[in-house]
Amino acid sequence: MLCDSCKERDAVVQVTQVTDPPVRQLNLCEKCAAERGIETHVTMPKQPLADFIQAVQQKQLLAGSESWRCTFCNSTLRDFRNTSRLGCAYCYGAFEAKLRDLLRGVHGTSKHQGKRYHPPSQAAEEGASVATELRTRLRRAVEQEQFEEAAKLRDQLKVME
Amino acid sequence: MTLDLSLLPDGGVNWLDASGDHSGIVLSTRVRLARNLEGFAFPGRARDGERLRILARVREAVESSPHLRRNLLVRVDELGSEDRLLLHERHLISKELAGLDTQHPVRSGAAVFLGDGIGVMVNEEDHLRLQTLRSGFNLADAFADMQRIDEELGERVPFAFHDEFGFLTSCPTNTGTGLRASALIHLPGLVLTKEINKTLAGLQQIGFTYRGLYGEGSEVVGNFFQISNQTTLGRSEEEIIDKLLQVLSTVIAREEEARRVLLRDAGYIIEDKLWRAYGTLRYARSLTFDEAMNFLSGVRLAVGLKLITGLSVYTLNKLLIFSQAAHLSHAEGRSLSESEANLARARFVRQALAAEVGM
Repeated sequence: MLCDSCKERDAVVQVTQVTDPPVRQLNLCEKCAAERGIETHVTMPKQPLADFIQAVQQKQLLAGSESWRCTFCNSTLRDFRNTSRLGCAYCYGAFEAKLRDLLRGVHGTSKHQGKRYHPPSQAAEEGASVATELRTRLRRAVEQEQFEEAAKLRDQLKVME
Repeated sequence: MTLDLSLLPDGGVNWLDASGDHSGIVLSTRVRLARNLEGFAFPGRARDGERLRILARVREAVESSPHLRRNLLVRVDELGSEDRLLLHERHLISKELAGLDTQHPVRSGAAVFLGDGIGVMVNEEDHLRLQTLRSGFNLADAFADMQRIDEELGERVPFAFHDEFGFLTSCPTNTGTGLRASALIHLPGLVLTKEINKTLAGLQQIGFTYRGLYGEGSEVVGNFFQISNQTTLGRSEEEIIDKLLQVLSTVIAREEEARRVLLRDAGYIIEDKLWRAYGTLRYARSLTFDEAMNFLSGVRLAVGLKLITGLSVYTLNKLLIFSQAAHLSHAEGRSLSESEANLARARFVRQALAAEVGM
């Protein structure tokens, strides 16, 4: 079907005109529709993080720190830039300053105002203990085949025990 | 593992029953929380064994939680792709958990605990994605359900929490509350009166966003929009819910107004358009998914405007879900090619409408 306005291009949108009676149906091409201020499709929103990361790259905010590495999961800020995902909760500590800026960019603030949380008491006591932390790190290191790191952690644990 | 959804009350879709408020316009309300367990890498970074240990920890917690212990464990990682797609079409698991995304194939340890309007996805983008789902516009109950299960799980497994940043998530867009609340809302009036882009742009200016029928990255089909909060940090959970409640109430009022304008100023054109949609659904022999969605959108509007009577919103809701490809294959007991699915879809829709309104 040809556009009712330019009679040249194919119509892509059907408009029901109700502003000046009688009510009319118009078939318009994308260009003629745009000239009347009618959008022919619903545009999908961009993801705020993608926008922000692009901005980060442009401003070089992560420059020079891309090789920063989280000692728990072994991922780097470069990995984060490439995937938009952090490797583990400890990354928030490893990259704290950079992430604070990033959170401010995405959410407008980095300060959580919602529910406060305290882990279950038994786990909290365990979590507070250095030995548990070392054991968790040791397990991670073995899983990641970082045997040098694992040996160091094992020695530290031996000293404590 | 084979999937037996008959073990779930109403096959996990009683959120379709149109019992909630404004159910002609709002299909469903959903609240989800992202949570991670302390001491494990996030699922995308974790090794296979680590994800299985996460699942074991969560399973233990779920089994002792009063509101979750009757939930059905489905090991998504042991299902075939058709079953995974079926769960996704039913809005019970995300595309990522289903492993339908080429970027994120199905992971070992991917699982979901399904219950009556309450689900717990394990080893999705985060260790835990808790979700509650309600029919119609019902943020208050969906949020109350969510607070209960969050509390119960948080007492049983230690969540990763940071004093300043709040709950820690794999993607910083979810950090803080980890809360995303949304409504799946049908806005044909705003689309037909060309008010939709203005409304959506307004939403984005005040920190809300919209997506298609299946959430993140999905296209808008059949005039269904999933409207949700965009930011998760810097406001309390209650503030986020209250604000969304106001925003959705405004959008619903605008949609109702747009429908009145349509009927008043373009009555016969609209009426003709909607009856044609109904006629097509009643008699077509082949329907693509997009066609079915668009015509169903028209018929849903006609029911809302009371132009068509004797057809329930529940039936229309079910048609949306059960006319999707994996559902049609499931009903036929074999996988269907695209053209076979189009034939099966038209047949299914014809029969469902005939059963409801008579031949």
